Amino acid sequence: MIAAEHLTKRYGRHTAVDDVSFRCEPGTVTGFLGPNGAGKSTTMRMICGLTPPTAGTATVAGRPYRGLPNPGREVGVLLDASAQHAGRTGREVLTVAAATMGVERRKVAAALDRVGLDGAAARRRVRAYSLGMRQRLGLAHALLGDPRILILDEPANGLDPEGIFWMRGLLRDFADRGGTVLLSSHLLREVEAVADRLVVIGGGRVVAQGGKDELLGGTGTRVRARDLPGLRRALDTAGLAAAASGTDGSLLVSAGPDAVGQAAADAGIALTELRPAGDGGLEQLFLTLTTVDTAREAVR
Amino acid sequence: MTGTTAAAPAVAPPAPPEVRGPSLLRLTGVELRKLADTRAGAWLLATIALITVALVVAQLIWAPDADQTFAAFFVFSLLPTGFLLPVLGILSVTGEWSQRTALTTYALVPRRERVIAAKLVAVTLAAVASILTSLGAAAIGTLATGFTGGAGDWRIEGSLVLHALVIQVANVLMGAAFGLLLLNTPLAIVGFLLLPTLWSVLGGLIRPLRGPAGWLDTGRTMEPFFTPDVTAGQWARLGVSLLVWLVVPLLAGLLRTLRREVA
Repeated sequence: MIAAEHLTKRYGRHTAVDDVSFRCEPGTVTGFLGPNGAGKSTTMRMICGLTPPTAGTATVAGRPYRGLPNPGREVGVLLDASAQHAGRTGREVLTVAAATMGVERRKVAAALDRVGLDGAAARRRVRAYSLGMRQRLGLAHALLGDPRILILDEPANGLDPEGIFWMRGLLRDFADRGGTVLLSSHLLREVEAVADRLVVIGGGRVVAQGGKDELLGGTGTRVRARDLPGLRRALDTAGLAAAASGTDGSLLVSAGPDAVGQAAADAGIALTELRPAGDGGLEQLFLTLTTVDTAREAVR
Repeated sequence: MTGTTAAAPAVAPPAPPEVRGPSLLRLTGVELRKLADTRAGAWLLATIALITVALVVAQLIWAPDADQTFAAFFVFSLLPTGFLLPVLGILSVTGEWSQRTALTTYALVPRRERVIAAKLVAVTLAAVASILTSLGAAAIGTLATGFTGGAGDWRIEGSLVLHALVIQVANVLMGAAFGLLLLNTPLAIVGFLLLPTLWSVLGGLIRPLRGPAGWLDTGRTMEPFFTPDVTAGQWARLGVSLLVWLVVPLLAGLLRTLRREVA
């Protein structure tokens, strides 16, 4: 379990993180979302005891991180895949970590295997690694101590689509076996597929948090058909309120996709689009955050 | 499994975490490994060993026969090592920051003072190893005098070896202290080489500084330690100079490293 309580970090007059509180429960993947510079990394570094908070506290597995006797065996941390000695080989990076944590040497090979780094890659120096390979090495590093908690900062950066898909599976599996995962991203789509809960941060503050379905699916369904009047009539018949949304000719219905699809099917209307509309809300929020940020940059 | 076991938890954690933290012994082993596991580190260690051997060879060729003794070979080989050991000390500390491995190192061992302690022990062991290398090279040189016709005198005072050890350990720790204080490789190397030298130059140049320089210029306070005989006064001078150039930067650097934000 991870708990952040009122975490705040100020650098001079600039407040990087402002009163951030959230919890990550065992068995869940929490997506930590926000545009670049929103304070995600600073928050994660505070949780890991690397950055002293100006105010607030954070605990991991019930204790402040710096109070964990052997953190690597309880928490797998990947904060920056590029923060590895360029002159060490991939295998050596893990061997050093294994020696530090007191993990048997043979687990190094297993960890490399698990993230898909083969023998040739393991013998190469990190200098020659692509960002995707560094992410894989970083993930192997985080998993090496068989932790029950993972804290990952932008782990999908530099991974190819296949790699991202693989990582989602790995994290989902980790959580389903009772693990706790906190992963950050600046892309909503990236965490949407794997997260159970979302914490959205902008300008150092938490602007939204809750279950993914609650945040993404709460505001209805977007539906479109070539026979628009027919679709309207069908929805009317089913007693579903619909409104035109935007300029693309789709309708926004305040009901779940199940009900909307059924109503259309009953009336024999062929749909060209049917999806939860709620993410539009979060995406809108996200866009606003980014715009505010850009505006602030411009003023500065 | 012996005895009764409590009911298994509903969600089985993959592995019971090791409760004890890493011992200082284990951390020292890790730090020793890190001194040698990069190309730069391995080359630095190899260079120290190679230069030691090269100097003995040079002496065999060019030194007067009478000076080709075990003790002379030994003392002569200390000088270049004394230059490179501080660099080793500096790199062991600053490498974590320049290569940004501090992020993983201190995430695995949040009690940073333990990592620092392990580093200090590791570089001290490296200094001891350098003395052994010097002794080994001197021994080979002395054996070789059988062919070159040198004096080949095996006598060496135990105190000379001890003094050499003190100087080399002080050198490597001074480097580490500078590294801790400045946390930046080029800055620490330049600072380490420049500041004491500046002292030497100023101390020689400016008359009122000449007195204090005898106590503060490590170049001068270390000089007597390349001989078997050191007086109590000379020990005191070394002590004072090391207080200024080793203990103070070490403590200030330790404080800085403990408080610094790792990013």
